[in-house]
Amino acid sequence: MDLSAAQKIVIIGGGQAGAQVVQSLRQFGYEGDLVLVGDEAALPYQRPPLSKAYMKGELGEDRLYFKPAAWYEDNKVETLLSQRVEKIDRARRQVTLEHGGHLDYDALIIATGSRPRPLPVEGADLENVFDLRGLADVEHIQPKMIPGHRLVIVGAGYIGLEAAAVARQLGLEVRVLEMEQRALARVTSPVISSFYEALHMEHGVDVRCGARLARLKGEDGKLTHAVLASGEEIEADMVLAGIGIVPNVELAEDAGLPVKNGIIVDEDARTSDPRIFAAGDCTVRPLAHYARTGRLESVHNAIEQGKLAAAAIMGKPRPALDCPWFWSDQYDIKLQIAGLSMGYDEIVVRGDIEAKKFAAFYLKNGLLIAVDAINSPPEFIASKRLIMSGASVASETLKDTSISMKEIAAQAA
Amino acid sequence: MPTITYIDHDGTERPIEAKNGETVMETAIKNSVPGIDADCGGACACATCHVYVDEAYMEKVGQPEEMEQSMLDFAENVQANSRLSCQIQVSDELDGLRVTTPESQH
Ligand SMILES: Cc1cc2nc3c(=O)[nH]c(=O)nc-3n(C[C@H](O)[C@H](O)[C@H](O)COP(=O)(O)OP(=O)(O)OC[C@H]3O[C@@H](n4cnc5c(N)ncnc54)[C@H](O)[C@@H]3O)c2cc1C
Ligand code: FES
Repeated sequence: MDLSAAQKIVIIGGGQAGAQVVQSLRQFGYEGDLVLVGDEAALPYQRPPLSKAYMKGELGEDRLYFKPAAWYEDNKVETLLSQRVEKIDRARRQVTLEHGGHLDYDALIIATGSRPRPLPVEGADLENVFDLRGLADVEHIQPKMIPGHRLVIVGAGYIGLEAAAVARQLGLEVRVLEMEQRALARVTSPVISSFYEALHMEHGVDVRCGARLARLKGEDGKLTHAVLASGEEIEADMVLAGIGIVPNVELAEDAGLPVKNGIIVDEDARTSDPRIFAAGDCTVRPLAHYARTGRLESVHNAIEQGKLAAAAIMGKPRPALDCPWFWSDQYDIKLQIAGLSMGYDEIVVRGDIEAKKFAAFYLKNGLLIAVDAINSPPEFIASKRLIMSGASVASETLKDTSISMKEIAAQAA
Repeated sequence: MPTITYIDHDGTERPIEAKNGETVMETAIKNSVPGIDADCGGACACATCHVYVDEAYMEKVGQPEEMEQSMLDFAENVQANSRLSCQIQVSDELDGLRVTTPESQH
């Protein structure tokens, strides 16, 4: 469907994807009404620093925002903040707002993101038990980041581990409880898992794998202990849950759009309704290069799908797809990930794990599908291109640090 | 406040009043200067904030650190005066700085 004559566009959700759609629509020449509805109080901002420099207090709040308030005015973007969309009425082409009223649309973008998976245990509602998703969460957490305080982090995913690093650097006593047998089990290989477990232990974090949280115990509504399935009770001043996210798909589902662990979209970020698009954490999208679909939780994905949706609405050529990528900062270690490692059948390590400068390449049927690069930007950037071009690189070559990544990339080209 | 002039690849100049302590990338993004994507928001993780620094300011801007340098090595169309603008902090000393943005960040 050609929507280039659209005069009313509504975006639900003012996060990474919503902000991108707004910017790209104006950039591609859209001149009609543009309304961004977001249920947070703040204008769109970056989340990655929330578990990194911002949490640590090294980055001011004003530096989190994608654009200053004046930008939205100058670009005639109406922002309705602290306002939820309650319902999408596809027949009327209308969304219902929480505080009353409706907005009509010619095209609609659902960019509702995701929310932290709630801790499925008794005591999760005690005081001093926190999630980490938005600015408001950090506002609650930060005053408790006091040297000597005992912090228990539930879940050794990227967000939990980043928060653990910040808390250690601020002088807290930190324990990480992970139900699986290794950290980052859901997202990376054992090589990287053991690297991060060792890194955190070296910094004095008590990383407990295979530790299942049974319940949280408190007194007068206030947290006192985390209790493990083994019966062990761990004293805690504060608990931070980092056990994954749940995509915000309910609006789409209630409107009858196909949903399966995410709102299902095509290569233009379009849902089954030609006037409705979805972008970011809330979607399941085609991953053409991997010949499958999947839900990605990353800045790259939110930006890319935001651009795809805006281009499709404006009848512009589909922007070229980037290799999926992600990063994580913990202590002085930068991890950069390119590609998706799921389904790999071979791991090749290049560099020196001890020296904290190495890369784990993931191959499938001899082809490079992903890399986890630790303090190794060349391995990361060169791999982005190698992965997308489908070049085959011998594992002996990847391993050999006497051959630079530049040479490897040139040979494969 | 120091002034930074952004020049896009076809020569359009945009002088911007910058804030000390912010980066050359942030100054561009906040003032809607086109040509810089900054996908990672300044984490030195994406290399989509590449600029060319005017030769006259190369010394004042200083040398890239190792992480930045190795990212730059792989950027498209790198030159001796290439920098990642998220790694350059604005200060009074940089008043008058001129940077050119590349045709594309990808
Ligand atoms: C602490 C933290 C650290 C991270 N670090 C990294 C990193 O280092 N690298 C990386 O690539 N990614 C990182 N991510 C992930 C990345 O931030 C997300 O993938 C990205 O923000 C997704 O963008 P989005 O627009 O889909 O969702 P969001 O940014 O979550 O935005 C969705 C918005 O929609 C709002 N909303 C939901 N429902 C409604 C409704 N019905 N009405 C109105 N508004 C609604 C939400 O409140 C939210 O404001 C991190 C995430 C977190 C939380
Ligand atoms: S903004 Fe990503 S490297 Fe500069």
